[in-house]
Order: sequence, then C-alpha cells, then structure tokens
Amino acid sequence: MNPAGRESALEERIAEWRAYLGRRQAIRAVDVAELEGHLRDRVAGLREAGLSEEEAFLVAVKRMGDLDTVASEFAREYSERLWKQLVVGGGGGREPRIVRTEALVAIGLAVAAAVAVKVPELFGVHLRGGDEKFYARNMSLFVLPLLTGYFAWKRRLARAVWRWLAVAFIAAAVFANIFPFATSGHTEALTAIHLPIAAWLAVGIAYAGGRWRTGGGRMDFVRFSGELFIYYALIAFGGGVLIGFTLMMFEAINFKVEWLIESWLVPCGVLGAVLIGSWLVEAKQSVIENMAPVLTRLFTPLFTAVLLAFLGTMLWTGRGIDIARNVLIGFDLLLVVVLGLLVYSISARDAQAPPGAFDALQWLLVVSALVVDVFALAAIVSRISEFGFTPNRVAALGENIILLVNLAWSAWLYARFLRGRGSFGALERWQTAYVLVYSLWAAFVVIAFPPLFGYV
Amino acid sequence: MNVGKDLVAASATPLVLAILAEGDSYGYAILKRVSELSGGNLEWTDGMLYPVLHRLERQGFIEAKWRTAESGRERKYYRITKTGRAQLAEQRRQWQLVDRTLRGLWNALSLVAPPARILLPQGAWIR
Repeated sequence: MNPAGRESALEERIAEWRAYLGRRQAIRAVDVAELEGHLRDRVAGLREAGLSEEEAFLVAVKRMGDLDTVASEFAREYSERLWKQLVVGGGGGREPRIVRTEALVAIGLAVAAAVAVKVPELFGVHLRGGDEKFYARNMSLFVLPLLTGYFAWKRRLARAVWRWLAVAFIAAAVFANIFPFATSGHTEALTAIHLPIAAWLAVGIAYAGGRWRTGGGRMDFVRFSGELFIYYALIAFGGGVLIGFTLMMFEAINFKVEWLIESWLVPCGVLGAVLIGSWLVEAKQSVIENMAPVLTRLFTPLFTAVLLAFLGTMLWTGRGIDIARNVLIGFDLLLVVVLGLLVYSISARDAQAPPGAFDALQWLLVVSALVVDVFALAAIVSRISEFGFTPNRVAALGENIILLVNLAWSAWLYARFLRGRGSFGALERWQTAYVLVYSLWAAFVVIAFPPLFGYV
Repeated sequence: MNVGKDLVAASATPLVLAILAEGDSYGYAILKRVSELSGGNLEWTDGMLYPVLHRLERQGFIEAKWRTAESGRERKYYRITKTGRAQLAEQRRQWQLVDRTLRGLWNALSLVAPPARILLPQGAWIR
C-alpha cells in the first residue's frame, strides 16, 4: 500500500473512533477534539518507538481505556450535560465568535421588528384607534421579511434569490394594501389570515438555502416550523406571565400601565419573539430533542381514540352533523391537527424502518379523520345552496378539500407501506411536495378573493 | 508493581498539580511525565486523565486554553492557578503527614519484626 493510502486508512479509523466517542451525551465536541489530539499524540509516540501504524492505533485506543467508563467519568463531572441545556452560546464545538455574531444579528433583527411595527404610528396610523385593520393585514410583513433576511444572511443566499424574495414581499405588501376593502368585510379578514401562510413560503425558501428543491430541505423546514411553533408558544406563555405581573405590580401603586402593554409590550413582543424563537431553534437544533415528534407520539393515540369514539357515537345515535356557523372551520382545524400529527411523526421517523404498531395507529388516525370529514363535507355540500357562496365559506371549503386530498393520498400511501407494497419514502416525498400547495392556495386567497367577491 | 486503583485516584490531583507547577502542559505530556517519573510503574488509563483535568479546571485549580502547537494542531494547554498552587501546598502537607505516619510505622515494624508465621493473622487483623 502506498503511504497516502495508509495515511487515509489511519484517518478513517480515527474518524470512526471520533464518531463513536461523539455519540456520548456527556462528552462534548471540544472534549472529543481534546481526546482525539491525545490519541494522535499517542499514535505518533508509539510509531516513533517502532510500532506499525496499525499496532500503534490499536495500542493507543486500548490505552485510552474503555470509552463507556471514560464517558461515565465525564458524566459524573458534568452531570448537567445529561440535561441538554438551553443556554445559548455555551459549549458545542462551534466557534464562540460565530455564535455571538449570530446572537447579535438575531437580537438586532428582533429589535428591528419591534421598531418596525411602531413606525406607522409616526405617520398617524394608530394601533389603538381605528387602524387595527391595517395592522391585522400587515402584521406578518413587519417580521417575516426580517426573518427571511436572517436566513438569507445565514445561508449566504445568492443575490438573485435575495432579489426574488424581496420581490415576493413587495408584492405581498401591495396586495395587502391595494384593495378597497369594505368596512368589516370578510375578505379583509381572509387576507389577514392567509398572507402570513403565503409569506411563510418565502421564509422556507430562505431557510432551506439552496436545498428548497430537495425533499430533505423542505422536511427540515417543516421540522423548523414545528419547533418554532413550540418555542413560540413557550415564549408567549412567559410573556403572559410577565404581563400579568406587570399589571399586578403597577395596579398595586395605582398607576395605569395598560397603554404600555397594549401598544408596546404586546405588539413588539409578538413580533420580536418570532425572530428570537427562530434563532433559538437554529442554535439548539442539534442540542435539544425535537419536541414536535414527542408531542405527536403522545397525542396520536388520544386523537385516534376521540375520533373513533365520535364516529361510533354518530353511528350509534344516528345524529348528523349540525352545520352551524363555524363548523366547517372547526373541521378544517381538525384536519390541520391530524395532518400535523402525521407530518411530525413522519419527520422523526426513520424511513428505512419496517412498519410497526405505531404506523398502523397513525393510519387509523388519518382514516378516521377522513371519514369524519367526509360526513362534515357531505352535510355542508348538501346545504351550500341554502347558505350561498360567501368568501369565508369558499375559503374554508377550499382548504378542506386541499387537506382532504393530502390526507386521502397519505392514507393510500400509508396503507401501501403497511402492506409492504410501497416505501415510507413515498409518503415523505408526498408531504414535502405538498408543502407548496398550502402557500399557493393562501396566495390565491389573498390575491384573487377580494376582487372576486367585491371586497366584502 | 501495580498501584491500587484508590491510591492512583487519590494521587492524581497532587501529581497533576505538581507537574503543571513545573510549567504549562497538555494531557498527553502530563501522562508522559508521570510515566517518566515513576519509571513506568504508575500507569493511568489515558482517557481517565481528562475528567480529572476538567474537574480541577472547574474547581479553579487550573485553567485551560486552546493553543496551536508546533505541529499545527490545536491543543488544550493547562496552567496552574494561584488557588491551584495553594491547593498543591495543602496536598503536599497532607501527603507528607501520611508519609511521616506510615514511615514511623514501617520503622517500628522493622525494629520488632516478628517471625513470619505470626505476622499473617496480624496482617489480616490490621486490614
């Protein structure tokens, strides 16, 4: 063998050893680097003493000792490491300077978002006093461009992509503000709800960097979205506690602070938290177990049980679904939840693993949700002429169909997989390909619905 | 000669601190120095040195810094701190006390060295 080949053989074995060591939770990347340096020194020393490379490596590894014992010593020394910490900037193998720059950029952008939402006030557009609608339509535009910018900066996107993303946001701003919405019209509310969903696609393209066209890149974005949702909920909860105490304390000295909370703390916090949450998800993605799949595991059986119980009750009592005002939206949300349970269990599942009991349960969940939704849809369609086609109803119906198609095809693919006829990868590809549909539909609602329904 | 596990563990702190008192060093060099000083008789498992170093670092007796070695690789160097020197002095006093005590006993034992037959049960009893 030539020397170059031998060199790489040693490197390969060291890399294997490093990976083996790195899997231990109590040993951080810096410690692995230190131990690896030691291993290399030892190998070099033994080689000087006349051992062959092969022998030197084996002796060096042997002298390093049983890695389980070493790891448990480390664990005893750093018991806190077994609790993966949420302190950003500590530990990890990355350069602290990069981590700090990123933190500064993220916090800077969060402040920028908080400032941006206050800028319209300078032009006489007040959050409290008649212009709530303006803020409802534009809320996402105060923060999502900044979030997109953060990822575009972090992923070093090409100029051309920057330009396209900028164009997308300019278009979003135009469509949010160009239409002469009727007072208390439904299409205005639809714009407020759908614009963030459409704009989220731009965030995804920036997040995935150059990998948007690959299933893996999109799946990472789906994971990111789920984690961000959970972080955001936690931050919101903390914010609620902060607000509660602020009110309580100032109330105690008879000082009114409602204005501070309503026009500063809440809007600035709501927007800033998006950036802070995203940054935390990014910074911690390798340190913390993804929470969304854990919740999925927990709630899939419970939702399946409730859906089956519901279907059973419906069949037993013969009651039909009573189509009240918001029933369709309610069933839309149910499908969203079921889809979320499905997507986040897919995101954490090893595509190579054979079908198991949980897969069957997941399939049952999807199918029972489909059956329930078909009942609801049937009830609605049979009476839609009576209701007429209002924008709200059309939007809800469209969303229901989009979700239904997704779940129906998912159920089909899942069934194939369970029976050993198809691969799990097909289901994964279907979900990642479908991500685009939600945003396109949302964009359609924002752009086409107001003129179609006469801005009511 | 094999030194017992407990004794190795107990002597690790003063050994590491004393070697670092000679000058800054890194893990592999510290082990080489131990091996050199003991004539190869005091052998540690290589990997076990690092938890000890990290513990001493956390206790503030030593401090660590990554530096580029002549070989071009990054290496973590350790340096003894002021508290570390104080700790070393304290350890030294303790070890000397143990040593003095034992030496007195060794001398006493060698003075009235009884026949080997009687030593056996006594040895068992002392333990």
